[in-house]
Amino acid sequence: MIAIVDYGVGNLFSLRCSFSAIQADAVVTSDEETIRKADKLVLPGVGAFSAAVQKLKESGLWSVVIEEAKKGKPLLGICLGMQMLFERSFEDGVFEGLALLKGEVRPIADVIPKDYKIPHIGWNALRFEKASPLFKYIKEGDYVYFVHSFYAAHCEDSLTASAEYGAPLTACVQKGNVFGCQFHPEKSGEVGLKILRAFVELGGKKA
Amino acid sequence: MITKRIIPCLDVRDGRVVKGVNFTGIQDVSSPVDKAEEYSKSGADELVFYDITASSEGRKLFTDILVRTAEKVFIPLTVGGGIRTIDDFDRVLKCGADKVSVNSGAIKDPSLVSAAARKYGSQCVVISADVKRVGGAFRVFAKGGREDTGLEAISWIKRCVDMGAGEVVLNSIDTDGVKKGFDLEMLSAVCESVNVPVIASGGAGNIDDFITLFKAIPRVDAGLAASIFHFGEVKIKDLKKRMLAEGIPARL
Repeated sequence: MIAIVDYGVGNLFSLRCSFSAIQADAVVTSDEETIRKADKLVLPGVGAFSAAVQKLKESGLWSVVIEEAKKGKPLLGICLGMQMLFERSFEDGVFEGLALLKGEVRPIADVIPKDYKIPHIGWNALRFEKASPLFKYIKEGDYVYFVHSFYAAHCEDSLTASAEYGAPLTACVQKGNVFGCQFHPEKSGEVGLKILRAFVELGGKKA
Repeated sequence: MITKRIIPCLDVRDGRVVKGVNFTGIQDVSSPVDKAEEYSKSGADELVFYDITASSEGRKLFTDILVRTAEKVFIPLTVGGGIRTIDDFDRVLKCGADKVSVNSGAIKDPSLVSAAARKYGSQCVVISADVKRVGGAFRVFAKGGREDTGLEAISWIKRCVDMGAGEVVLNSIDTDGVKKGFDLEMLSAVCESVNVPVIASGGAGNIDDFITLFKAIPRVDAGLAASIFHFGEVKIKDLKKRMLAEGIPARL
């Protein structure tokens, strides 16, 4: 069973539906026991970094997510959920993240040309930087849907795919059992569902 | 590289997709859920559902359709029509919408734009403007294009972006339904004045009209149309192939 961690940030309807579409057993939950028992975790997130961190802490699930990930349970962070996997973010201040991956979250304005629009919204192609089991059913150049104004910087340690937007922006990361997608697989059509399917099938087990 | 988006718009009334010409003369097309699935499979980058019902029963049918679509269509969904309050945002976001477009509701109460952007983020708030030339000026119209608000369009759109709207849909009433091409003059004026994505709407009659749009105005992010897709006059796959052949980035 896959637990989609519900800490009161964003709408998890589409995410739940996308796991149903690939016949995966996924539940949206804020219950610690369910999260502890789950085979895999998904950490979603939209909005501001500091607000999401605060909500995850208030929900009491902050340390649960860290502990379960450190035990080796596969964890997939999506969009802001991916950004939270890093050590810190510079969105409206400096805020500590879960620090499961090395790197930090910075404004895309730091690296993209001045005439590029912010946020980076739309379909962009993936460029593979390193092999990852998440790419099992997709190929380089496949398009996924992005909406973000911040990106993971200095994450060479875990970078597996990037997308070109006047500068290469971090698209996918992985270090061991900890995975992240800056884009929204649940909004990326067939390609997105294939990425989720690869996550579901990690460890040879159909969760 | 980010692609130019192609967005079919589904005007929904009483649970059916309909399409009018110059904002009136409505024809029944088909089931919105089937249509949404078909578009998604053929390469649509996003879908817009526009609720043109006024009754509460119609509204219930609309949200049911939204839920059923979001259960099987995994591309971004934008909802517009009858959005006047934060509760309206809440209602459609819970049913699977990713973005909400406001038009008359924002004209009546501009603070709706900033309140929604604060609560859901700018990426969620789309300002949709129905614009028509009146005595050489671009004017914003309300109530489905029936009422001249007296607002100058460019400054209104800029104001909405400043208040937090993350995208702009520009519907030219002058070219809508006429199928003679997008309103390039009006679109250029808007693209020059804002730094958020601009979606062109109104006037597409064939594939060439999209090619002309993207070549003439490189800052336009997306083209939106309804009837030419509904009636199969333009197939999204053919359009995307042509875009690629013309060197316009597209997702096929």
